[in-house]
Amino acid sequence: MVKKLIYISFTFTLLLFAWASSGQQRFPKPEFENGYVQPSPVTPEPRAAAMEFFDVIVLLVALSLASYLAVKKRSRQGILWLSVFSVAYFGFYRNGCICSIGAIQNVALAFADPAYAMSITTLFFFLLPIIYSLFFGRVFCAGACPLGAIQDLVIINPISLPRWLRKVLGLLPFIYLGLAVLYAATGTDFIICRYDPFIGIFRMDAEFHMVVLGISFLLMGMFVARPYCRFLCPYGVLLKWMSMFSKWHLSITPSKCIQCKLCTNSCPFDAIDFPTNEKEVISTKSNVRKFLIYAILIPVWVVAGGFIGSKSHTFLSKANPNVYLAELLIAHPELKNDPDNIDVQTFMASGKSLETLVGEAKVIRNEFYIGGWLLGGFIGLVIALTLLNQVIYRKREDYQPNRGDCYSCGRCMDYCPVDR
Amino acid sequence: MGKKAKNRREFIQSGMRMSLGLVVGGLGALSLKHVTKDEWVWQIDPFECTQCGRCATNCVMSPSAVKCIHAYDLCGYCNLCGGYFKPDANKLSTAAENQLCPTAAIQRRYIEKPYFEYVIDEDLCIGCAKCVKGCTSFGNGSLHLQVMHNICLNCNECSIARVCPSHAIKRVKAADAYIVKGDFSKGGKT
Ligand code: SF4
Ligand code: SF4
Ligand code: SF4
Ligand code: SF4
Repeated sequence: MVKKLIYISFTFTLLLFAWASSGQQRFPKPEFENGYVQPSPVTPEPRAAAMEFFDVIVLLVALSLASYLAVKKRSRQGILWLSVFSVAYFGFYRNGCICSIGAIQNVALAFADPAYAMSITTLFFFLLPIIYSLFFGRVFCAGACPLGAIQDLVIINPISLPRWLRKVLGLLPFIYLGLAVLYAATGTDFIICRYDPFIGIFRMDAEFHMVVLGISFLLMGMFVARPYCRFLCPYGVLLKWMSMFSKWHLSITPSKCIQCKLCTNSCPFDAIDFPTNEKEVISTKSNVRKFLIYAILIPVWVVAGGFIGSKSHTFLSKANPNVYLAELLIAHPELKNDPDNIDVQTFMASGKSLETLVGEAKVIRNEFYIGGWLLGGFIGLVIALTLLNQVIYRKREDYQPNRGDCYSCGRCMDYCPVDR
Repeated sequence: MGKKAKNRREFIQSGMRMSLGLVVGGLGALSLKHVTKDEWVWQIDPFECTQCGRCATNCVMSPSAVKCIHAYDLCGYCNLCGGYFKPDANKLSTAAENQLCPTAAIQRRYIEKPYFEYVIDEDLCIGCAKCVKGCTSFGNGSLHLQVMHNICLNCNECSIARVCPSHAIKRVKAADAYIVKGDFSKGGKT
């Protein structure tokens, strides 16, 4: 007891001493005699929270307008002007941040890390387009997404891509989505933001290679319409799932399709499904067997994907700064004496032991192991379902937009000769 | 199309729509737990910053949104300012070759013997941390870096935070945007 008391009073004096000595400045502030008034440090206020809510309202209005224009008013012209507005406002004025695509990562990190919180506006940006998709199709892509809109505006001579190529490249967004969630949830990186090809254009300032990437995407986008949307955008995956089952959706014809085929080449994204012909119907009989085989193979794909994913976790985790540093120090201990390696020197000076760092890195790597299984399994499932989808036969009598792929841009509507 | 097939398709559609709606609703409700009314902004903890210089080069803005702040409360108004003069300065004068700052962003002004005031010209400062290093090593550490929110775009992930070797850049509520050293009203330390 007495020992404890002595101990406590001892630490207390020590603390007091430490406090006093740290409070001591090397050069105490002088007392001025000539009435000098000390200026205050310059600290400009951040953008007001009210403005962030204003952005949410702008998004809400843009989404509602896009839905009205695509589903009810059937005006391509209107959607075009809305796109121009979105590029100007969300793109060039708001500098492309925060956007719904990037918000995926905030949501993922918020779920993975209880200490992380996001602002309610971020959540709105994430949820609103998804909810609208569930009711009206991908109206966000039609005119409210700055990335989609800027690509839409540069389309001049779109070429049609072969179906197999579209299907194969169409797997990329799923992989991108999986990776983005994995990297965000492990607190490693926000890759969607980092590799957003258009942000450099919106900000008119970025690293050289990002500007080059952005410009090449736009140049490519003149001929391969909306390359980012179709073959990369991770948010598009979520919107696609919603849109496939949406309550309402843009239709090519205002009343009844007369099979005039005028619209067949109107979609720059090859998103119009043609009527199924009789020949296909006959061949589908043999598809039943294929269907069964593909269905049985689903778990195989999932497990195989998961296995590959878990095997690559070491590689994937290298992107994490802690894992990277720990690996570096273990592989090259001589770097501890390299004065030019800022990361190593800062770590050494921080007084943290290598064991702690390695311990932290191990935890993260373990997260990547689990994440690798999930990511791989997810990609396996997507491949399996894509295959399965190829042999599912759906009878169609009319020319219709494919609900998953259609961006509701409204181009096809202008080609339909049918009046109301 | 047969009426039956059509009905069946519609049934599946609305069933899926309902389940997706539930998933989205559930996700939204769950994430409410992780949501705040405040906005979040990036901030440098000047007590953790090791003046590595990456703030100047890694911001998406050029010049960087990070600039030097002068916490006057801490300043000793020294004649021989470790943040103003190069360690090997041959004379304590405002001649450019004696100044540590590459852009001559620090203005030195005589107040009274032997004290001088140092003011940062925010328009010239590029956030290179040279003066901060000098002041922290030889002076009181009253010069330090901070994210200037009139320039910062509040990127979803600050590209400096990712490379900061001392993990000094954090996300804080917009109301507490600035830590200024020696600012005791905001829980500052010396
Ligand atoms: S697919 Fe993605 S990038 Fe394209 S418009 Fe839709 S959300 Fe935007
Ligand atoms: S990157 Fe970090 S340590 Fe380097 S100057 Fe900026 S805040 Fe300081
Ligand atoms: S030395 Fe660097 S950080 Fe200090 S005022 Fe000059 S530019 Fe700014
Ligand atoms: S958030 Fe963006 S603009 Fe602000 S300091 Fe970081 S990189 Fe620069």
